[in-house]
Amino acid sequence: MSAAPSTTNGIVPHGDTLIDCKITELHYGKFKAVRDVAVNIVKGTITAFIGPSGCGKSTALRCLNRMNDLVRGFRIKGNVIFRGYDIYAPNVDPVAVRRHIGMVFQQPNPFAMSIYRNVAFGLNLNRYKGNHAEKVELALRQAALWDEVKDKLHSSGLSLSGGQQQRLCIARAIATEPAVLLMDEPCSALDPIATHKIEELMKELQKKYTIAIVTHNLQQAKRVADMTAFLYVDTSQGGRTGYQVEYGPTKSLFENPQEKHTKDYLSGEFS
Amino acid sequence: MATPANLPVPDGIDLESLEFSLRRPRSLFSYVMSVLTGLATIAALFPLVSVLYMLVEKGTQSLSMGAFTQLPPAAMTTGGGVGNAIVGTIVIVALATIISVPVGILAAIYITEFGPETYTAAAVRFAAKVLTGLPSILAGVFAFAVVVVATGGFSAPAGAVALALLMLPTILLTAEEAIKRVPPRMREAAVGMGATPTQVVSKVVVPTALPGILTGVMLAVARAAGETAPLLFTALFSDFWISRTFPQFLPKILGDLMKPTASLAVIIYNFSGSPFENQIALAWTAALILVILVLIVNVAGQVLARRTANR
Amino acid sequence: MSSTADATHHPAAKGPVFAAVESDISRAPTAIELVSDRIFRSATRIIAWLCVFLVFYVVVSIARVAMPAVHTYGTSFLTSTTWDANRGQLGILPAIVGTMYSSLLGLFIGSAFGLAIALFLSEGFLSQALDALMEWMGVAQRPFWAAVPAYVEDVLKVTIELLAAIPSVVYGLWGIFVIIPLIRPPADWLYNHLGWIPLFGTPLSGPGLFPASVVLAIMVLPTISAISRDALSAVPPKMREAAFGIGATRWEAILAIFIPTAATGIFGAIILGFGRALGETMALAMLAGNANVISWSVFSPANTLAALLANKFPEADSREVGALMYAALVLLGITLLVNVVGTLILQRADASLKGLR
Repeated sequence: MSAAPSTTNGIVPHGDTLIDCKITELHYGKFKAVRDVAVNIVKGTITAFIGPSGCGKSTALRCLNRMNDLVRGFRIKGNVIFRGYDIYAPNVDPVAVRRHIGMVFQQPNPFAMSIYRNVAFGLNLNRYKGNHAEKVELALRQAALWDEVKDKLHSSGLSLSGGQQQRLCIARAIATEPAVLLMDEPCSALDPIATHKIEELMKELQKKYTIAIVTHNLQQAKRVADMTAFLYVDTSQGGRTGYQVEYGPTKSLFENPQEKHTKDYLSGEFS
Repeated sequence: MATPANLPVPDGIDLESLEFSLRRPRSLFSYVMSVLTGLATIAALFPLVSVLYMLVEKGTQSLSMGAFTQLPPAAMTTGGGVGNAIVGTIVIVALATIISVPVGILAAIYITEFGPETYTAAAVRFAAKVLTGLPSILAGVFAFAVVVVATGGFSAPAGAVALALLMLPTILLTAEEAIKRVPPRMREAAVGMGATPTQVVSKVVVPTALPGILTGVMLAVARAAGETAPLLFTALFSDFWISRTFPQFLPKILGDLMKPTASLAVIIYNFSGSPFENQIALAWTAALILVILVLIVNVAGQVLARRTANR
Repeated sequence: MSSTADATHHPAAKGPVFAAVESDISRAPTAIELVSDRIFRSATRIIAWLCVFLVFYVVVSIARVAMPAVHTYGTSFLTSTTWDANRGQLGILPAIVGTMYSSLLGLFIGSAFGLAIALFLSEGFLSQALDALMEWMGVAQRPFWAAVPAYVEDVLKVTIELLAAIPSVVYGLWGIFVIIPLIRPPADWLYNHLGWIPLFGTPLSGPGLFPASVVLAIMVLPTISAISRDALSAVPPKMREAAFGIGATRWEAILAIFIPTAATGIFGAIILGFGRALGETMALAMLAGNANVISWSVFSPANTLAALLANKFPEADSREVGALMYAALVLLGITLLVNVVGTLILQRADASLKGLR
């Protein structure tokens, strides 16, 4: 049992479970979007959700910080236990949840403010009493962006390139040192070089943060994730409902998939 | 158009009929209409040119320091100015802005952020469009019925209420457009950071939409500054400064405001019908000052609008 | 790993949630943040409702202050033609007629020019003419000159909008000293030579219906031009291609296809322009002549409801004020009707074109 879990030995990591997610059913209005997802996110690991388009992986990820609340008609059956508390319990404030579980989105979305104020946004929001400049620099360094922007911290966040903007969004999310960082296809809007930079970043971030990532890039999952969940689409009842087919240590999943769908997907990469 | 001699011509086509010629009635009609349209456009610009020309020609005759600092003259006397009218316009418009801007922006926030698809939102939009067409004089009548009758006299705040009613629809509708233009993914980012809905609005949406909102405010201010009819029913006119004590243009207490107040628009109206040369000349000067004020604010607002549209 | 959940009961969170998390930066929102969030959201909702009630409040206030006069004068107020405050005989029929006549005349002239300008700008005549000019000058390919047509079009748009920015009272002043003297010679000619036509039946003594209508036209044409331009620009490009593809000349396409497609929007623009014209006050107060006369002649002095209000109010005694409030109520009714209809038409125009895009 290694204290620092790694992908190379194919053993389920041990450690603090930060999030224990069990989704029985998830509906948007009448549409059943997702069923039967169960993952266990351990501190200090990277968990990946993979699968073809429309299999509900982003939906499942967004359950972890209650972002789905924003969609009309959203209903969930199941629980998402974060450090012993079910975040879907009736008296839980989703705003509080999101303070502790950060998110980076598919399209970079910096605010229309300076780079500094983008990163410091979370610090201001949480009324952090310490040294903002220090934390901003720390976050930008951890996001591998510091050297590129240190001389223009007050220029607009929107003036950066796509890859830089995404790293800015990462810096913004980690400035408040969230317990878990969710990343929804963070590289899909970026070119290969920027993608590579962010993948490098993820391995560094793993030392300090716990990450859950959705990706349609199988190589990426293989490279960075400790645990991987494979989701697929169930059309048997007329609709398109996503469900979890297989879940386990990345190495085992990729080298020795148990389910047929998993085997087919990993070999043929059909979507 | 000369055809190269060696090119074969398909049967049944008369090449000459393909030439463009004004002798054909259809083409001629089209050409004439285009020219007429062009002339109409030029003709429509003539009033603007003429108005500006007259303002400069006649307005500068009485333009002097005195015009800005003195009170209106009696008939047939020389000198005098429109100082109190300038101050009055600024004070009344400022009060109207203070009333209408918060209401307009908060309502716009509700219909775009908190309740975009409710019946309330549809009702607000419809109400704003109806209010856009409210004749300015009826805004004055309304303020008369509500403020003047209630407070027992004509006053600057009554005028401000009337102008605020006229400014509100513009501010609301422009703010709504500006807020809608904020990209949804910026809102999503703020929500993801754990901001409450109010914080999303106050820390991200409004700051981003601010230039557009400001444009609406400026256009509304420019329009309000030029309104006459509502003031006839509310602030009336005065030959004096707002406050009798130093400095004359700053009201010392609220009571100083609760009296009939001068304004540029009303003085133009009053003096335009006067048989006396000196008052007519001052009417032109007041008109020049008013138009300069209005055009500066209006053009600034339009420039700001084009700048934000290009961002 | 099991994939179905079961009820290992986890405690619902109570009190300060997630207190056990180790970040020293993130923390749950404070009570103040949550309460102020609630208050702010309610406040915006209340204010939004206020805006809706405002419309009703305006109508009700004016009606309330007009009620005494409505009872006193009844409907004869709307049909009698004298306005003599001293003898208590008050009627607004000339004012109603004058309002309609001046607005329609101003609208007619304003729409013609407004539509022409809208076409000029949306169909690209200017760009075409300037391009031709630059070809002739030989500079069409240079980047600086190539940007000129777009720049000139922008300047034109700004200028037309500036027409709307000039205050009504300034137009009135200008009308007195420029338009009236300008119209006098042709007016006199028309009266002397064609005076048997009722339209030119009286001489122009100074202020009159026609000068007022001309200024009114100038004031409504920016509105009509802007909305019509939007309506014309909304004609789908596919339709344009189809029109030219079958060989129509420029104007055949415009008259037979583009205008009918944009017709609802243009009609809405005209209705809204009409609403604006009805409510115009100062230019008419200063130029229409303030005479309670009903006449077909466009050169005769006349009166409008708004001008009546503006002219009589400053000097009115309490009885006359009551009557004026009644007149205001009538004006309110007319303009509300026209504006509501115009807004509805524009909403329908917008919706119907959405299907075509």
